Amino acid sequence: MTRPRTLYEKIWDAHVVERRADGTCLIFIDRHLVHEVTSPQAFAGLRAAGRTVRRPDLTLAVPDHNLPTTPRRDAAGNKLPIADPESAAQLAALEKNAPDFGIRYIDATAPEQGIVHVVGPELGFSLPGTTIVCGDSHTACHGGIGALAFGIGTSEVEHVLATQTLLLQPAKTMEVRVEGDVGPGVSAKDIILHITGTIGAAGGTGHVIEYTGSAIRALSIEGRLTISNMAIEGGARAGLIAPDAVTFAYLKGRPYAPKGADWDAAVEYWKSLATDPGATYDKVVVIDAADIAPSVTWGTSPEDVVPITGVVPDPASFADPSKQAAAAKSLAYMGLEPGTRMQDVAIENIFIGSCTNSRIEDMRAAAAVIKGRKKAGNVKWAIVVPGSGLVKAQAEAEGLDRIFIEAGLEWREPGCSACLAMNPDKVPAGERCASTSNRNFVGRQGPGSRTHLVSPAMAAAAAVTGRLTDVRELMA
Amino acid sequence: MTPIEKVEGRAIPLGLKNVDTDVIIPAHWLKTTTREGMGKGAFESLRADPGNLFDRPENKGAPILIAGDNFGCGSSREHAAWALGDLGIRVVIAPSYSDIFSGNAVKNGILPVVLPQAAIDRLMEVAETDPIHVDLDTQTVTTPFQDRFAFEIDPFRKMCLLEGLDEISLTEKSGAAIDAYEKKLDAERPWMRPAA
Ligand code: SF4
Repeated sequence: MTRPRTLYEKIWDAHVVERRADGTCLIFIDRHLVHEVTSPQAFAGLRAAGRTVRRPDLTLAVPDHNLPTTPRRDAAGNKLPIADPESAAQLAALEKNAPDFGIRYIDATAPEQGIVHVVGPELGFSLPGTTIVCGDSHTACHGGIGALAFGIGTSEVEHVLATQTLLLQPAKTMEVRVEGDVGPGVSAKDIILHITGTIGAAGGTGHVIEYTGSAIRALSIEGRLTISNMAIEGGARAGLIAPDAVTFAYLKGRPYAPKGADWDAAVEYWKSLATDPGATYDKVVVIDAADIAPSVTWGTSPEDVVPITGVVPDPASFADPSKQAAAAKSLAYMGLEPGTRMQDVAIENIFIGSCTNSRIEDMRAAAAVIKGRKKAGNVKWAIVVPGSGLVKAQAEAEGLDRIFIEAGLEWREPGCSACLAMNPDKVPAGERCASTSNRNFVGRQGPGSRTHLVSPAMAAAAAVTGRLTDVRELMA
Repeated sequence: MTPIEKVEGRAIPLGLKNVDTDVIIPAHWLKTTTREGMGKGAFESLRADPGNLFDRPENKGAPILIAGDNFGCGSSREHAAWALGDLGIRVVIAPSYSDIFSGNAVKNGILPVVLPQAAIDRLMEVAETDPIHVDLDTQTVTTPFQDRFAFEIDPFRKMCLLEGLDEISLTEKSGAAIDAYEKKLDAERPWMRPAA
């Protein structure tokens, strides 16, 4: 009776509170994640207007961006202060706002604390078929479990706190289908870097991307979260992967996930969300998984991707004159010459972490490469930052921390860390970093920093050789 | 949000084109925790000059700002609108604005009036000595010297500003629909609430 619909359309339709004449819809928001940087003005706005939070039960606050990743308690167990006064003030504001407005708050020293996009799925707070927002563009991440999740601005944060809704225009739909099997040494990160290089940084603008195909289906939830995390790097506000048995197995038993009969009802509903046969997307891109190599970025846009076996491109090789100019500027900033083999690029800093790649599977992949090896002499700074306290505890139970520490890497407390230059973890000007994060923008890891985006295994390989390295060479 | 109907008072004759959001509020003000007090950082670089327009005694608390083309270009920071509001500005008059800025302005109760450059030139002249009158209801800007300039504004924005409706107040008018949605959700998918 009803026309075939995509996963996106089903979630959208299930959340329409009101449809306006111009097609704009008032959309219900099931989950609101709040962190310390983009929320203080929203809470101040509520106070000024005498408003309350409509659904504190659907809201979860956790600090991540500003927190130093050094120990948060001293030997006696006392909480250590944050040195930077502005960061300390933002943290103090969240610590006060959450209880004032009756919101669940995960303290900086709590075992569950972590990057908001790691914490949400891990606690089962993020669920398939829900709408999830956060004042952070990488909210797209939660699409990996089949949630419609996207970043919002501070006024919208206030709007959601006050009304649990947002006024939105429906997006266009785009399917990115990755078919076939990936080769050895190729991870979810390589798949999404390859996709971003293929569709371009604006390829998904105005669209919500659904990732489909056998190569996506074969990924774990950790891998799917990595893929959806970077939907925004391809221009899309949100990414989606249909929930399936892998999703259900991941979520079952998590603290905020449904229990008992509720669980069964939930799974039944989630199964109904997959895109119907015959449903159409506004745009379709098909990628052969066999074409994907371990990948690395050479420039200052996440679309600047080459296989690790490749070379720094010549700006003249791009057809588009504006891309030629951008590439020339990128290379000047990155200090790279066209034609240089990517594997000859020496690396001084290693960052394994961020909401893209800081889950247990990422820790395991990096440790597998590091094990029995040592950090190269020219690598000055190499940090491994688990995405949450729970990831950290799991990794320590598996002995992964020892592997990193024995190789000469640092094992840190959870947080955004060197993903963005907002806390003490920064890459010095003019130095390179092989980073598992999602953005290689100018200055992203600190003023003058030069970022090469890679997978956790590739970052680990660079740590032991001191240069960008094809991880397949280090695999037994 | 305070409604706007008529605004009368001194207008700061800034007149500059392409005033970007970094000029309106520099990036280092973005690590703050409140919207309030941002007026102190407004036009910081321009106000470093002791003889600047903003700190002239007659312009203190002026509710109107006159600018050139493309006012509010640059980053999407809503802090720009907060800073203007905190400075006491209720109306900006310029030939054009960046889209994001004019949206942010209306969201924060600031009226962005669009007038052609010739009208701007005349208002700049008047503003040196006399007050300016802006009437949103009749969509006119007038001076004590019989000048009268009509301006256009999107009817939805006009309604929001006249009634002092921010988007939250507007959505609150749909409160019954939200209540109904929540009730239905609890009945049909009770497991959607976080379990713990
Ligand atoms: S890890 Fe990086 S991308 Fe993720 S939320 Fe933190 S700052 Fe944003």
